[in-house]
Amino acid sequence: MAGLANSLGAGAASNSFNQIKDADVLFIFGSNTTEGHPIVSLHVHKAIKNGAKIIVADPRKIELTKYANPWLNLKPGSNIALLNGLIHIILKEGLQNNEFIKNRTEGFDELKETIKNYTPELVEKLTGVSKDKLEKAAHIYASAKNAMILYGLGITEHQTGTENAMAIANLALSCGHIGRPSTGIMALRGQNNVQGASDMGPAPTVYTGYQYVSKPEIREKFETTWHVKLPTAPGLKSVEMFDKAIEGKLKGIFIMGADTGQTDPNLNHIWKAFESIDFMVACDIFHTHTTRFADVILPGASFAEKDGTFTNGERRIQRVRKAIAPIAGMAEWQIISELCTRMGYPLKYNHPSEIMEEIAKLTPNYAGITYERIEEEGIQWPCTTKDHPGTTTLYQEQFNRPGGKALFISLEHKGSGEVPDNEYPYVLITGRRREHYNNGSMTRRVKEIMEISPEELLELHPADADKLEIKNGDIVKVTSRRGKIHVKTKVTNRSQAGNVFLAFHFDTTVTNILTSAYRDSIAGTPEYKSCAVRIDKL
Amino acid sequence: MQHSTITLKINGKEISCQKGMTLLQVCRDAGIYIPTLCHDDRLEPYGACRLCIVEVKGQRRPLSSCTTPAEEGMEVITESDNLIRLRKSVLELLLSNHPNDCMLCDKTGACTLQELAYRYGARYGKYMGEMWSLPKKEDNPFISYDPNKCVLCGRCVNICQNLVMKGTIDMTGRGFHSKPDTAFGKELNPEICLFCGQCVSACPVGALTEKQAMGKGRALGAKRIKTTCSYCGTGCNFYLNVRDNKIVNVTSDYDAPVNKGNLCIKGRFGYEFIQHPDRIKTPLIRKHGVTDTSPDVMSDPQRAFREATWDEALDLVAKRFTELKEKYGADSLGGFSSSRCTNEENYLLAKWVRVALGTNNVDNCARV
Ligand code: SF4
Ligand code: SF4
Ligand code: SF4
Repeated sequence: MAGLANSLGAGAASNSFNQIKDADVLFIFGSNTTEGHPIVSLHVHKAIKNGAKIIVADPRKIELTKYANPWLNLKPGSNIALLNGLIHIILKEGLQNNEFIKNRTEGFDELKETIKNYTPELVEKLTGVSKDKLEKAAHIYASAKNAMILYGLGITEHQTGTENAMAIANLALSCGHIGRPSTGIMALRGQNNVQGASDMGPAPTVYTGYQYVSKPEIREKFETTWHVKLPTAPGLKSVEMFDKAIEGKLKGIFIMGADTGQTDPNLNHIWKAFESIDFMVACDIFHTHTTRFADVILPGASFAEKDGTFTNGERRIQRVRKAIAPIAGMAEWQIISELCTRMGYPLKYNHPSEIMEEIAKLTPNYAGITYERIEEEGIQWPCTTKDHPGTTTLYQEQFNRPGGKALFISLEHKGSGEVPDNEYPYVLITGRRREHYNNGSMTRRVKEIMEISPEELLELHPADADKLEIKNGDIVKVTSRRGKIHVKTKVTNRSQAGNVFLAFHFDTTVTNILTSAYRDSIAGTPEYKSCAVRIDKL
Repeated sequence: MQHSTITLKINGKEISCQKGMTLLQVCRDAGIYIPTLCHDDRLEPYGACRLCIVEVKGQRRPLSSCTTPAEEGMEVITESDNLIRLRKSVLELLLSNHPNDCMLCDKTGACTLQELAYRYGARYGKYMGEMWSLPKKEDNPFISYDPNKCVLCGRCVNICQNLVMKGTIDMTGRGFHSKPDTAFGKELNPEICLFCGQCVSACPVGALTEKQAMGKGRALGAKRIKTTCSYCGTGCNFYLNVRDNKIVNVTSDYDAPVNKGNLCIKGRFGYEFIQHPDRIKTPLIRKHGVTDTSPDVMSDPQRAFREATWDEALDLVAKRFTELKEKYGADSLGGFSSSRCTNEENYLLAKWVRVALGTNNVDNCARV
C-alpha cells in the first residue's frame, strides 16, 4: 500500500464497498474479483444491473471479462505502460480534469513530460493491447461521472508493485476521479486483516497508524505510554531479516500466524533462512511449512476462539467475537502478554477491549474507536474522536499529504524482473482460487471444499498443450531458475498462450519454490505474479 | 437524489416516510407485521407469494405491499378478517402439497412456513390434491435439495440469477409441475455452481439446506455469536451457531453492513477447520538433538517435537530470547506477524518486539 500512500497520503481504499453499485464506470485492474473477493463482486453485479460500464485489465480471461467492454488483455508486467498509455490518450484528447489537477494536485508537469513518449503505438507493442481498445478504455474512463477503480494483487505483486499503484493513482487524479462517493480507488488485497495488520504497525519504521519511529515526538509519545525507552534505529524488513539469518546475523525470531514457509516466494531461500536461525518460535493453529522448522511451536487460536477486531478493505473496524473457548487454552493476545511478562516487562490485559483502548490513545485514526461503539456496526477510519462518525469516502476536502495536495509520480515501464527466454519460455502467473485461502491450511481441512477442489492444477492454454503434447490431466514438471515441482495440468483458455497459471494453496504442490526473488524496491512485496518457467512432460 | 417525505395512514395511524418506499418497507420500518414468503431484502420484489397483501382504500382488491409504492394520503389496512382468511387459504394450499415432516426437518424452528401456519392457524389436509413425490437431489457437496418441500417462492432462482449472476437454478415445468431445478444433478463443477449457498440463505423453508449442519442440531436453541469472517478482506459478518461448545454452522446476518446476509463458499461453508482433529492442541518443544525439519514433520510432528505445558514452553521462549539478546544484541532478534491475526494481536506483537526484545525488527505479511 506504499503506492497509494505516496500519491494520496493514506495506504488504504478511498471509498466503501457499498458505493460500488452507484458507479457508472468500473475499471477492474488485476483483480479476479469473483474469485478473490466474491462478495465485492456482488456489488459489481449490482453496478452492472444499474447499467455501469466495465473495463477489465487482466492477462487472464477472468469471469468479469464477460461483462467488460473492452477487456484489456495486457502482457504480465506491463501495467505501467498500459496506465501511462491511457493517460497519454486522455491528455492528447483533452479529456483530463484541468480544474482538479490545478487545485488539488502537484507534479503534473513532470508527469506530462514522461507520458509524452507513451504513444498508443508504443503501448500497443509493450502491452499487447490494441490501440482501439486503449482508446476506447481511455474514453470510457475519462468521461465517466462516477468512476471507481478496483485493483487487486495483479497490481501489487510485481517488481514494480508500488509503482503500479502510483500509476493507478495518476490515472484517477488526471481525471479527478477521486474524493467523491462512488468515485475513487479500491485496493482489494489478499488476507482478511491486511488493512488492520498494516495499521497496527508491526513494521520496521512505523508504529500504529503509520507514525514514524524516526520522529522524536512520536517516539516519546509511545515511550510515555509504554513506560520504556524505545530503540531508535529502523528495523529490518522481513526479506532483510531472512537474508541476515542466512548470513548468521539474525539469531532468533517469533513468527505469529504466518506461513512464510509456503507463501513467500523463492522458498528454498526462505527454508535455508529458517535452518540458519538459532531459535525459532512459530505460533499457528496447524502444522505448516513454517512450523516444521521451529524450535518451539505455540498453538494459536482461530478467529472463533477470541475477541478482537479486524479492519476490512474499506477501513471498517469490526468485531471478532469469541464463540468457543480457545482449543489449546490460550489466544495469541494472552500468549504475547505472558511472554512479555516473563521477559521482565509485565503486560496485563483482562480483555482485548483494553488493548483497543491503548491503540485508540496512541493512534489518531483509531482515536474514536471503542468496543462499545462498534458493537452493532463497524466504523471506518479515520475516526478521530469519540463522537466522530467515521469516514466512508476519503479525500473529499484534501489529501493526506503535506499541503493537502495529491502527487503525480512520473513512472517508466520496466516490465517483469524475469522475462521468458529459450530456456524458460513460459510466464508463470500465480494467484488464488475462490474455494481456497492462502496457504490452504484452513480450507484444505473442509471436506466438502476438498471434494470440489482437491489438488493444485497448472492452467495451460490449448495451443501450448498441443505444442508440448500434453493432455488435460497429465502430470508435468515445472522448472524455474530456483526449483522445480510436479503438478497435474488443466488445459483451458483462461490463460493466454505463453502464460501458465498456478495457485499456492497446497502444501503438497509448493508453487512458491518456483516464484521469483525479484522484489518491489519500495515496499519489498515479492513478485509473485510472474516468473519464467519451463514445462516438461513426464 | 432528492427525498421528499410523504404521510399516509396505516391501520388508522399517521406515518411519515420517504417517497419511493414500498408499503412493505414502510410497515416494517414502523414495526407493523406483514407476512412474506417470497420477499428478500437483497432482491427486487416480485409479489409472488400473495401473503403480503394489504387493503388500500379505494382499491377493490387487496394489493401486494412489497410491490406497491407508498403514496401521499393513502389509507392502508394490514390485518382484517378478509386478509386473514385470504392468507390462511394461501398457506393451506401450500400445506396441501407439503410433506408433513416438521418433526424431522432441520429447518423446524427457523421455517417461515411453519411460523406462518402457526400464526394464521393453517392446517394440513384442508385441500385435497396431488402430493409431489420427487427424488431428493444430493449431488451438491454442500447443499441438499428436497423439491417436495419447495413452496415455489422463487427466491433461490432469483438470487442465483440476479445477484450471484450464475443462473445455476432455474424453474422447470409449469403450474403444479413447476419447481426450481438445479444443476446440482449434473457435474460437481464450480463452472456451474459457485457453492456460495446464497440460495440456501434465501430459502424460507427446508427445501434447500446445508449438508454440513445436518443432524447437528437445529438453529433454534443454539447460541448465536455475531462475528467477522476470517478469510478475505471484504469483512463479511455472519453468525456462528454454537451448541455444547461446538460450532454447528454459519448463518447469515442480513443486517451486516458490507454483505447483507450474502456470503461466499469460504465464509459460509469453510468453518470445519476450527474443530478439525489436526489442530495443534498443546505447546510443542523440539526434541533435544533432533534436527529433522523435513515436510514429514507436518504430518508426524512426534518425529521432532514433544508436548509441553504452556508454562514450560513460555519459560523456555522467554529464556532463550533473553540469552540471545544478551549475547548478540537486540538487533539479532525479530518478530513477524500476520494479517490473519486481530488488530489487538498485531499491536501486541509489535509492542513486545519493541519493549521486550528492544528492536524495531518487526514486520508483517500484509505486503503479501
Ligand atoms: S450455491 Fe450459489 S451458485 Fe450455486 S445454486 Fe446456490 S446461489 Fe447459485
Ligand atoms: S427451493 Fe426454497 S427458495 Fe427455492 S423456490 Fe423453493 S422454497 Fe423458494
Ligand atoms: S464470506 Fe467470502 S467474501 Fe465475505 S469476507 Fe468471507 S471470504 Fe471474503
